[in-house]
Formats: sequence, structure tokens, C-alpha cells
Amino acid sequence: MSTETQARGARAGFDLDRPWQLHPQVSVRPERFGALLYHFGTRRLSFLKSPALLTVVSSLGDAPSARDACRLAGLTEAELPAYAAALETLASSQMICARVSS
Amino acid sequence: MSERTATADITEVTAQAEPQAPELAGADLLVEEVSIDGMCGVY
Amino acid sequence: MTQPLVTQPPVTQPPVTQPPVTLPLVEQFQYGLDAPICLTWELTYACNLSCVHCLSSSGRRDPRELTTAECRAVIDELERMQVFYVNIGGGEPTVRSDFWDLVDYATAHHVGVKFSTNGVKIDPAVARRLAASDYVDVQISLDGATAEVNDAVRGPGSYATALRAMRHLAEAGFRGFKISVVVTRQNVSQLDDFQAIANRFGAQLRLTRLRPSGRGADVWDELHPTAGQQRELYDWLVAHGEQVLTGDSFFHLAAYGEALPGLNLCGAGRVVCLIDPIGDVYACPFAIHDSFLAGNVRGPGGFAAVWRESELFADLRRPQTGGACHSCSAYDSCRGGCMAAKFFTGLPLDGPDPECVKGHGERALSAAAGASPPRPSGDHSHRTRPADPVPVSIGARPPASRGLPPAGHGLPSASQRLPPDRACDESPLAGFSPGPGG
Repeated sequence: MSTETQARGARAGFDLDRPWQLHPQVSVRPERFGALLYHFGTRRLSFLKSPALLTVVSSLGDAPSARDACRLAGLTEAELPAYAAALETLASSQMICARVSS
Repeated sequence: MSERTATADITEVTAQAEPQAPELAGADLLVEEVSIDGMCGVY
Repeated sequence: MTQPLVTQPPVTQPPVTQPPVTLPLVEQFQYGLDAPICLTWELTYACNLSCVHCLSSSGRRDPRELTTAECRAVIDELERMQVFYVNIGGGEPTVRSDFWDLVDYATAHHVGVKFSTNGVKIDPAVARRLAASDYVDVQISLDGATAEVNDAVRGPGSYATALRAMRHLAEAGFRGFKISVVVTRQNVSQLDDFQAIANRFGAQLRLTRLRPSGRGADVWDELHPTAGQQRELYDWLVAHGEQVLTGDSFFHLAAYGEALPGLNLCGAGRVVCLIDPIGDVYACPFAIHDSFLAGNVRGPGGFAAVWRESELFADLRRPQTGGACHSCSAYDSCRGGCMAAKFFTGLPLDGPDPECVKGHGERALSAAAGASPPRPSGDHSHRTRPADPVPVSIGARPPASRGLPPAGHGLPSASQRLPPDRACDESPLAGFSPGPGG
């Protein structure tokens, strides 16, 4: 097992307008309540407690920005702050990471 | 009451979650995190 | 204006077995999942040691052990079900000749592996191989920070074996392997010392609860922490335990106040289970008894069918009312404690845990004094005492009285329990009734 690196999340707030992606070491398992995410490197489990959040996370890699992924999932403007907070949590634990290419 | 606090880990919390111990840092409505070791009934 | 809670699309009334999606996570999990999140797989009952508290009563290999091909088939199923990782134990799993074959097969099929070992086979070459693997974790068992305390439980030389394995892992560059300690009356004063050992080897400390399971049933009275020591342990975990794993085994202590990290609920049959060396599927490794036997992977539908269709697991996944604990203010925190601990101390499953922090369990045990608790199903313990100077080839001793620790372990004699007059036929779910959650 490689050494766990400390998470360096976006402490100032999640940037919805950048491209993101699921970390390559993360396995996604859809569930009735949303999804389970398991990171094989950090050995952390995340529980996504909404199916909409699963849709967002699954489509991050293909969307130009996280905001686009949220819109595609049918989220309203009012819902964005909660989802941005959720995405920040996932970034802090390396479940999702910034995408380099567009 | 401290006993009620114990359930706040798992049950819904308000959108204004205070910063807490690492385990609770993401304890918002949509995401919860735990170590893969955090399930009872495994060696 | 307060932000509204996350908007959910209107949910039509789901069938009775499906909980509403807005339930807290702990309630969600009580209904069970389509696949375990992780599970314990005891690969063999064979073991080079005879630890006095062994939860699987291991020692002698069972001739009906799953073959290599059958084990691979199980791994294939785990992959299909997307079980994230499997905790391989035993007995001593590394004594199986196909152990490395199976570990490699699992990781090649997207199932992470952590294996639990007493360290007997972790030589420098093995340690280097493990350090090079990304998806294999190692857990070394240790029950004393000194040889004196450890070997009293695990046998002469076991401390040395464990530390040698740790040294090899550290020297091979394997950071973060686990040192797993079962907390007992004898070692609860050594928690800081355990942490020091973990620090010395770059390992992560894991503390778990002693359950009265397997051979643990016979030493539980002498070894389980006192009420005062339980409080000590809880306080230590709250103060120093940020980096310490617990396997969520102390969720019954949540009744003291702040819950420890973890799901804080019994995962048996809901998010975890056990596959034993002969393919039997139990609710959890601490409940190896016919009452908690869900099926066998050799059945027509394999492991998946057992997980999804067994009657036992369906029963466990119905909402629990809390029974006698329902009116206790701590119930939401402790969830009534550990099913296996209650079962093997003869307590009803819908009542308090034997180590209930409010003392309800102690009172219940006193009230039940004299009744014989259920015995573990099966006993693969060594028949001869490893420390006995008489060579094995001369002939096996008569079967040792159940539960007496082999000579030289230094523990006071375990109290003998008479076997019950008849097999316990009481359903472990007596008192559970489907209904609205407590």
C-alpha cells in the first residue's frame, strides 16, 4: 500500500466552473439511496445520499465544468450550494480531482 | 444532551454544519464518509 | 431564509421492504444492501497457534475446506457484486498453500484484500512482495505490548513472531500495515505502549472488542474489560484515537457520549458477513453458530443467492424495535449493542448488551445466572497442547476439556460450562417483530 497523502481540498470553497473527474482509484457502486464510493488508495468510503449526486459525480469527467454536470443532472440554482459543498467534501477526500485536460 | 449528539453523525444535520472532527467534516446532507474499517462485523 | 433541505422528487409509496430515501444512513443500512460493502473470509481453520480467545475456535484444518477453484469462484462473485474488499483470516490464512494465488487473484479481479495473520510466514521476501502491492493490506495480531501479556493469550513465542513480522514489513518499506489488538482486562493498561509499537514500525494501531465467541466464550469472564476499564478505553479513544482503527467494534460505548468514528451499528447480515473455510455464510465472524448460519456458497446460487435470499438475512434486515432497550435514552446511540455478545452470554437479543455501559447487561446476566449459554457451533481447536512436552507421535491426548487454555498460558483456569441439555432451538430473533422502527 502506498503512503496516504494528506488531502488538500479546496478550502476556500468548491470551484464549480472548473472541469473535474472521478479519481481513477475510485470504484462507484450505485445504491438505492444514491451510491457507495470506495477509494482503493485511501481506503475511505463515501456514501452519496442522493441519486442526483451520483448522476453529477458520474458525469463530471465528461462535462466541461462541475456546474454543467449539475445542470445536466437537473439541479436548480437553489440546490447548487448544497451540491457544491458535497463536491468539496469529495474533493477533500480525493474521491474527485481536478481534470487537467478540458 | 450528549447522547443525542451521538446520533448527529448519522442523521441529517442542517446545512450549516460546524467544522468538527475529521469524521464529521463532511457530515452534510449529501455525503458521509467512513473508513473501510468502520463497519462492525469484520476482522 | 433557511435553505430548504435537498429537494427530493415526490416518492410514491415504496414496497414494504424499501425504506424511503430520506432516511438517515444508519436506518438505510439496517435494511441491507444488494451486496456487502466488505466481508470477512476465513480461509482455513488450520492454525499454528491456539490463542485462548480464538473467535473461530481454530487449530485443525477442516477436510471440507473450499478448494482453490471454489475460492476463485467466490472471488468472481465478489467482483460481480462489487464487494470492495475482503478481509481474509482464519485460522492462519497463510498456511494454505494457495494463499498467494488467491490474494493475487482477488486483486486482479478488483477485490481489495486485507489479511489477518499472526506473522508466522512474513519473512523479508514476503514483506517485500507485500510492500510492492497496491491493493493488499496486512494486519498483524497482537494482544499484549509485552511478551508476558501477549503470550499468555496467544502462546509462547507468538510475541516474537509478531514483532519479527512487523520488523520485516517496516524494513521492506510497507507503511501503514495494521497491528490489531483485542482489548482485554490484561492489556487495557498498555494502550499507550501499543501505540508506541505502531509508531516504531510505521504501522496503524487497531483496537477491537473481545467477544465471547468461539474459544472466547470460555475466557470471557476472566478477560473482558471491567466496567471501569471500558470507560478508560473509551476515554483513551476519544483523546488519542484519531488515527486508531476500531472496526466499529465499540459502538456500544457510544452511550457514554460522543460516538466514536464508524457507522456505529451492527453490520451483520446488512453490510458485512462471514464466509467460513467450508463455505458456510454467517452473519458475522463473531456469530459462528447455527442460529446465524445463512447458507453455503456451494449452493446453486452461490454466495450472491445466500446474501440476497436467505431467510436469516431477511430477518436481520427488518427494522428493529429495540425490544427491552427501546425506552432507554441511550438506545439511539448504542443500538442495543452486539448481537454476538448477547447470544454467547445467553442474553436475549432484544435486550441489553452484556457490557451495556449503563449496567443493564450486568443486571440481566445476574438475573439469568445458572442458565447455560449457547455453545459455539463446531470446534476446530487443536486436540493436543502445543506446549506439551510429550511428542505428538506417541498419540493424541484425549480431547481437551472444552475451553481449558493449553498449559503454559498463565491464565487462571477457565470456568467450566456444562453443555446444554438440548441444542438451543430458540430463534435468535425471538422478540423481533417487523414494525415501525423504534
